[in-house]
Amino acid sequence: MNSLYYQKRLSRNIGDKFFTSLSVICALIAILPLIFLVTYILYKGGSQITPELFTLEPNPPGDDLDAGGINPALIGTLIITSIASIIAIPIGVGGGIYLAEYSKGGAFSKFIRFGVNVLAGVPSIIAGVFIYALIVSTKILFGSMYSGLAGGMALSILMLPTVIKTTDEGLKLVPNELRYASLGVGASMYTTILKVTLPSAFRSIATGVVLGIARAAGETAPLIFTALFSYYYITGFGDLFYEMGSLAVLIYNFALEPYDAQNKLAWAASFILVLSILSVNIFSRILAAFNEKPKRV
Amino acid sequence: MEEKLTLFKNRKRFGIEKNIDIIFKNTALVLSSFVAIILLGIILVVFFQSFESFSRYGLKFLVTSEWNPVKDEYGAFTAIYGTLVTSFLSLLITIPLGVGTAIFITEDFVPKVFREIIGSFVELLAAIPSVVLGLWAIFVMEPFFRVFFVFLHNFFGWIPIFSTEPTGRNSLLAILILVVMLLPIVTSIARDSLNQVPKKLRNAAYGIGASRWKTIFSVILPAALSGIMAGVLLALGRAMGETMAVTMIIGNSNAFSWSLLSPGYTISSMLANQFGEADGSQVSSLFYAAFVLMTLSLVVNIFAQWLVKKFSLKY
Repeated sequence: MNSLYYQKRLSRNIGDKFFTSLSVICALIAILPLIFLVTYILYKGGSQITPELFTLEPNPPGDDLDAGGINPALIGTLIITSIASIIAIPIGVGGGIYLAEYSKGGAFSKFIRFGVNVLAGVPSIIAGVFIYALIVSTKILFGSMYSGLAGGMALSILMLPTVIKTTDEGLKLVPNELRYASLGVGASMYTTILKVTLPSAFRSIATGVVLGIARAAGETAPLIFTALFSYYYITGFGDLFYEMGSLAVLIYNFALEPYDAQNKLAWAASFILVLSILSVNIFSRILAAFNEKPKRV
Repeated sequence: MEEKLTLFKNRKRFGIEKNIDIIFKNTALVLSSFVAIILLGIILVVFFQSFESFSRYGLKFLVTSEWNPVKDEYGAFTAIYGTLVTSFLSLLITIPLGVGTAIFITEDFVPKVFREIIGSFVELLAAIPSVVLGLWAIFVMEPFFRVFFVFLHNFFGWIPIFSTEPTGRNSLLAILILVVMLLPIVTSIARDSLNQVPKKLRNAAYGIGASRWKTIFSVILPAALSGIMAGVLLALGRAMGETMAVTMIIGNSNAFSWSLLSPGYTISSMLANQFGEADGSQVSSLFYAAFVLMTLSLVVNIFAQWLVKKFSLKY
């Protein structure tokens, strides 16, 4: 009769308890450092934020106690990321349109989809090496070597797979009835895509693209020998062809300096970078959750 | 009748619209082939740039660890060894932690709200730039673990991997920061594949009297295995290519050592450190190293894709 009741000391129940606590421990070990990490970055970086930070140039590392600000790096990150987006978004969206709307699952589209996945797995520093060999060392851009433009190109290689993938998947979620309806009333293929399918997939594509941009903004490895770094204000259009600072490279350079003032600047830059990336992520997640239509599997 | 015929005649599109349609399609085609062009371009450029070094040192490059720009002798063994050791050991720590966490958030141990918060929090962490993790590793992790490393060295110093006196940055710290980076990847992919296992399977296992963990080990995990494996391989690729956090914490020393408590090198950190100011045959050697790294990560990546295709869930 006993066997009808839950028996604590049965070996299977003991084993279950053991593994349950093991998985709880795993989750704790995984989560706690991560929480600690985020709070530490926000606390340590947030305490360094001053108004001058956004307006001054960083001082070259040295004994002077005042490190200056991060204005050129902040603007540089915005410029480099914009260049990357300007290159990657048209190519990616166009490529995604081809994959989702025109290709009929043949060898070519299979190969491209495979290529997208492979390109997404290429280490980010290899993108930097590639642009260095192609553009920096050949001085192909009007004789300039390290430049913000080259940095933007390197980042665009990293953004491209994300943009293609989200466009492809976003368009595939658009119901075929919409296409039939549009083609049925006599619209041509390109009108159908531009006026019907693309707008109805706009939100999911935009979310993916924005997440891709946020990821690119934090990339450092492709920039350290394409855009290099600069201490000076960005004054005009011509500065695109010269070394350009960015928040990510500033963090890298100043974290390795032996001076406390520079280290603090690195923390402040991390705070700004992490805060903006996290808020973009959270914001797009909330948007996506609100608009969740049938859940994709 | 006459009227109808003219209507019918006009039913074709204007020439210009037809042309736009064709141009649009071909533009999209060209744009999509950019992916292939860039990918091939990367492979070819890195290969041809490394050609000089390749023909000079051949495969000896892979097994010697002399890196001397003055004597023009190059071998990347330390860096290759460092890349493999840091990525494999970090995976070894990450897999049980990540899969354990994934099981925790797919089972109903705690209410759904908490599980979703934990899940999305873990995913958010994947968004933190690695350079910031490197900064954190330098200023928080390294001082925190120093005592622990000294303890390891004092009591387990007879094991070769703990045989050097810990002095600041070292390979073990690089492994630990990689664990922090890989955890979100492994956890979220493992969670997705566990979620995809049909509920029927679980109910059937419960129905014949299996306990919860018997079900997890004998039914759920095997069913989700291919997805988890693919996630693990993706994480491996990421670990091998990871540059910034590792470069900042590994110590960047080309002197070979079995010990994890001594400074080390990885291919990507070597590139990050030397590429800017290299010239002559050193550049070519660096490209050779980059080629090795690229090949490693391509193989891992393609294998992961093949695995997903071959063993994807068929329910």
